[in-house]
Amino acid sequence: MQKEQDQILNEVTTGEYKYGFYTDIEHDSIGKGLNEDVIRLISEKKNEPEFMLQFRLKAYRHWLTMKMPGWAHLDIPPIDYQELVYYSAPKQKARLSSLDEVDPELLETFNKLGIPLEEQKHLAGVAVDAVMDSVSVKTTFKETLAELGIIFCSFSEAVREYPDLVRQYMGSVVPYTDNYYAALNSAVFSDGSFCYIPKGVRCPMELSTYFRINAANTGQFERTLIVAEDNSYVSYLEGCTAPMRDENQLHAAIVEIVAMEGAEVKYATVQNWYPGNKEGKGGIYNFVTKRGICKGDNSKISWTQVETGSAITWKYPSCILKGDNTTGEFYSVALTNNRQQADTGTKMIHIGKNSKSIIVSKGISSGVSNNSYRGLVKVLRGAENARNFSQCDSLLLGDKCGAHTFPYIESNNQSAIIEHEATTSRIGEDQIFYCNQRGIATEDAISLIVNGYAKEVLNKLPMEFAVEAQKLLQISLEGSVG
Amino acid sequence: MSTITKNMSLRDQFLNLYRDRAGDISANSAPLLNNYRDGALARLEDLGFPVKGSEEYRYADIESVFKNDLQKDFGDIRVTFNIREIFHCDVPDLDTNLLLLVNGRYYNGSELIRKLPGGIIAGSLAQAAKDYPEIVEKHYGRYAGASDDGLVALNTAFAQDGIFIYVPERVKSEKPIQVVNIMISDNDLMAQHRNLFIAEDGAEAKIVVCDHSLSAHRFLTNSVNEVFTGKGAQINLTRIQNEHNGSSQITHSYSHQEAGSNLTASIISLHGGFIRNNIFVTLNGEHAENHSMGLYLSDKGQYIDNFVHIDHASPNCFSNQLFKGVLDDYASGSFNGRILVRRDAQKTNAYQSNNNILLTDDAKMYSRPQLEIYADDVKCSHGSTMGRLDDNALFYLRSRGIDKREARLMLMFAFAHEVIQNIKVKALQERIDDLVNKRLRGELSRCNNCAMKCG
Amino acid sequence: MLVIKDLKVSIEGGEILKGVSLEVNAGEVHAIMGPNGSGKSTLAAVLAGRDLYEVDSGTISYMGEDLLEKSPEERAKEGLFLGFQYPIEIPGVSMVNFMKTAINEMRKHRGEEPLSASEFLKKMRQKKELVEIDSSLTNRSVNEGFSGGEKKKNEIFQMAMLEPKLAVLDETDSGLDIDALKVVARGVNNLRSSENAIIVITHYQRLLDYIVPDYVHVLYKGRIVRSGGKELALLLEEKGYEWIRQEELNL
Repeated sequence: MQKEQDQILNEVTTGEYKYGFYTDIEHDSIGKGLNEDVIRLISEKKNEPEFMLQFRLKAYRHWLTMKMPGWAHLDIPPIDYQELVYYSAPKQKARLSSLDEVDPELLETFNKLGIPLEEQKHLAGVAVDAVMDSVSVKTTFKETLAELGIIFCSFSEAVREYPDLVRQYMGSVVPYTDNYYAALNSAVFSDGSFCYIPKGVRCPMELSTYFRINAANTGQFERTLIVAEDNSYVSYLEGCTAPMRDENQLHAAIVEIVAMEGAEVKYATVQNWYPGNKEGKGGIYNFVTKRGICKGDNSKISWTQVETGSAITWKYPSCILKGDNTTGEFYSVALTNNRQQADTGTKMIHIGKNSKSIIVSKGISSGVSNNSYRGLVKVLRGAENARNFSQCDSLLLGDKCGAHTFPYIESNNQSAIIEHEATTSRIGEDQIFYCNQRGIATEDAISLIVNGYAKEVLNKLPMEFAVEAQKLLQISLEGSVG
Repeated sequence: MSTITKNMSLRDQFLNLYRDRAGDISANSAPLLNNYRDGALARLEDLGFPVKGSEEYRYADIESVFKNDLQKDFGDIRVTFNIREIFHCDVPDLDTNLLLLVNGRYYNGSELIRKLPGGIIAGSLAQAAKDYPEIVEKHYGRYAGASDDGLVALNTAFAQDGIFIYVPERVKSEKPIQVVNIMISDNDLMAQHRNLFIAEDGAEAKIVVCDHSLSAHRFLTNSVNEVFTGKGAQINLTRIQNEHNGSSQITHSYSHQEAGSNLTASIISLHGGFIRNNIFVTLNGEHAENHSMGLYLSDKGQYIDNFVHIDHASPNCFSNQLFKGVLDDYASGSFNGRILVRRDAQKTNAYQSNNNILLTDDAKMYSRPQLEIYADDVKCSHGSTMGRLDDNALFYLRSRGIDKREARLMLMFAFAHEVIQNIKVKALQERIDDLVNKRLRGELSRCNNCAMKCG
Repeated sequence: MLVIKDLKVSIEGGEILKGVSLEVNAGEVHAIMGPNGSGKSTLAAVLAGRDLYEVDSGTISYMGEDLLEKSPEERAKEGLFLGFQYPIEIPGVSMVNFMKTAINEMRKHRGEEPLSASEFLKKMRQKKELVEIDSSLTNRSVNEGFSGGEKKKNEIFQMAMLEPKLAVLDETDSGLDIDALKVVARGVNNLRSSENAIIVITHYQRLLDYIVPDYVHVLYKGRIVRSGGKELALLLEEKGYEWIRQEELNL
């Protein structure tokens, strides 16, 4: 029985990455390496106003003074930042005015990924900004959204069209001094999405950015900025894939969210960057800084993430609960297989009175992977009646992987209540036997149990993405049960 | 008084101090202990002093503790006092074999080693290293030696004496062995002693360590304890920290447990200005069982920091950590507990719990319960809470006519008692209950027999 | 003894009691019945002084004094007892210490000497027999690890120990089997005298077969919509709360 399980586990964990194809399209790239001239060139290529160039240069100079953080439970091989290409754009005909002008190769690429850019084929009520390598390829439903005063466009366009908004909010949640990768991103980021929801507007559709790394030897550095004015609402989705390559590629993104009084922002990620092969060759280094601030009273930010891809993940979507009665949420499923490494979690900083946060983290380790939850809950002195509850569970599939939990809990307020619980377990033989006895094959039983284990988090995703995420878990698990 | 200049790093200060005083240090110790000094100095040079903000010393400011200019006693300083006059153990009904440690040095006139019934040996570590080198050699530095904490190397380089307890195979020590560790001086003083407790296979021992400070000076202790628990051996170790607020204590405790052994260690921190307890346990044989517990009651500007690391190096072991604390005024505290389950340590059961009550908005607490797990067939869990007294329980007590203040005290006492109830020496348990009760009521405003009024 | 006038109570902005008036005299037993969510437990909690609830208006006088002014412990010392619907577990606080502290606080309030250890233990023993509570329960922490039935018996035991003037029993019968129910009833009937009063809050008529009330009130949506003698309880049992709902609709 045990043996058979091991074998099935093995089979399940050896599943192929199905988004690993490469699109043969001409790229407009600059040479590899990083210096001030490269940064000037990026800024120039993007036709940026002077303040952007200055912001980039300040960030770059600061980055030079920093060191890669070493505190995570990760084994990161040295990265030669001079060997990377910092700008690569798929070559397209002149500027687009309609979809017909999008390069058919690109359309095909996104179709293959299940992300149709034709609006008539849209995923039920989802507007998409498609980003390939360094630039945004196409944003759908822009006009529909504009009628409500919602701005949804590529970051480059926002810099050109709405410089005041960009200037006001960019770097206000994640300053370029924040950490090594944030500084790097601030210096070289090439595109990303911008979203602005005016006062009192409920965004009628899901907004989504789809990131695709295509070119080789290229780092992807995008940034996303979401501003939700008073009493507005938006739900945002992010997906990502990359071709299979033998070398490691760097992805260092920034996401900033500002929620004003009474606003609610939901941000969901299904992260499926290429994880490398079974032996740990290739794969994306995913070093991402995501942070939201509940600036106004009664505002709410909710992060949901399903992390199955990337060779190494270093990512802590966080909430600064500045206003009174604010709410921060973090729901995460992180699955690592083969030689993947993940160190992910959140930070909840309670500043406002009656601020609440909830953390639900479900780690699943298999193969010879290492999966760590790392999270900070910090209650400042004035955060009266702050409340946090954290539940961080780990599931081990097989005896060669590692599952770790590293919470940091800091309280400086006597009325605050903070609770943290964590358990580590494996799938019980009796559970599998029970399923077998009801006619369910072991492999299906494992998938069933893992999905049940992750359900609390998957339920937080919009419907069609929850289904996708479930499938993804199943595929990512292929070959992994014991 | 030393002439150390302030602009030198702490590490270099101590390296220089050693160079200046190497003769005294060796002369007033034992050759066996002296053998380890050079290696330790090289390690210290390499590791340096811990830095605040590092993962290990995230909240503990070691530098500030060392910044005071403290006298070091290498055996050449005489403090004049009559120990019988100033100290008597006030635990009624506690019949123990008493060992005294004064300023890090074994104190008992001419009798440096005591032979107790059953062949138990207890007394000065330096003397034991001369009389029983084969026993000391087998364990000294074996458990703490691999540490990458510069403070452990510092201790190994400078430690001259300490307490040695040896319980031979299958011998059960009838009476608890009590170590009274006293700091008393005419000047501000630093001490670095070294204890070695050995329970051979099947042996049983109850050990009580009481820390006191008896003069109104600044004290700093940087001590290392090594504890060996042989196959099937049982040690029950209780430590009561009750030094005044002008004192700082850094203790590094390394316990090594063989198969089927049981070590239950409790640390009750009643008083002390700065307390850092490093607790490392290695479960090195199957079916070993470890209970590590702590209770801390801190107020004023006290700092309490428990850093616990349980290494499940063998399958089928059990460990449980329970640390609870109440922080009042502007006290701050930290708990860091790690359970490490190694690749082959299947069927591990490991638990960890840290519960804190903050009584004011000026008090701070940091908690880091951690799991690092590399085996799949394990049961591990941890929990950490921070908060206030339970409103429902408070209301229930008040609805029965109990005053709010009294009800709060009852709940705090109950909160603390969960730790105390695990202390197996009955007379001691009752005494600690009493001390904790008084402490919570503010009646233990100064420690027993202490001349110094804290705060 | 107890006069409640037009009491309006809310929690987090939601109004639960919408004007309740009730008068209870010494020697009387009142039953308050009503469907779930009608405000029965809120009324009990407000009487005992739980600060989760906001008293928006109305008055409560107890023994001629303003009850709302007093802290929970003052109310208890003056003889008001609440039997909790869900008794609280307090790990680490022993039943003996808990009861001894409570009794002596009350004695102090009345200007009496504290009970000696032997007097106290004697009293414990007597009362334990009365409510048939297992001896070992009183050696444990307050309610910790008690079954549902044991917790309820423990409430009655505490009531017997504290000998209140006014006992408010909040659904003490819920979840009890018939034997435990009889024990509870015996405890309550023992307390009954011309000097004491009892308010029994219950969902079912069953308990009232054993504790026969002088008055029955029906609490519905935060108001007492009907009052009557014990026959009202039987009527309710027969027709169900749906009947009240219909009657209300017709009004």
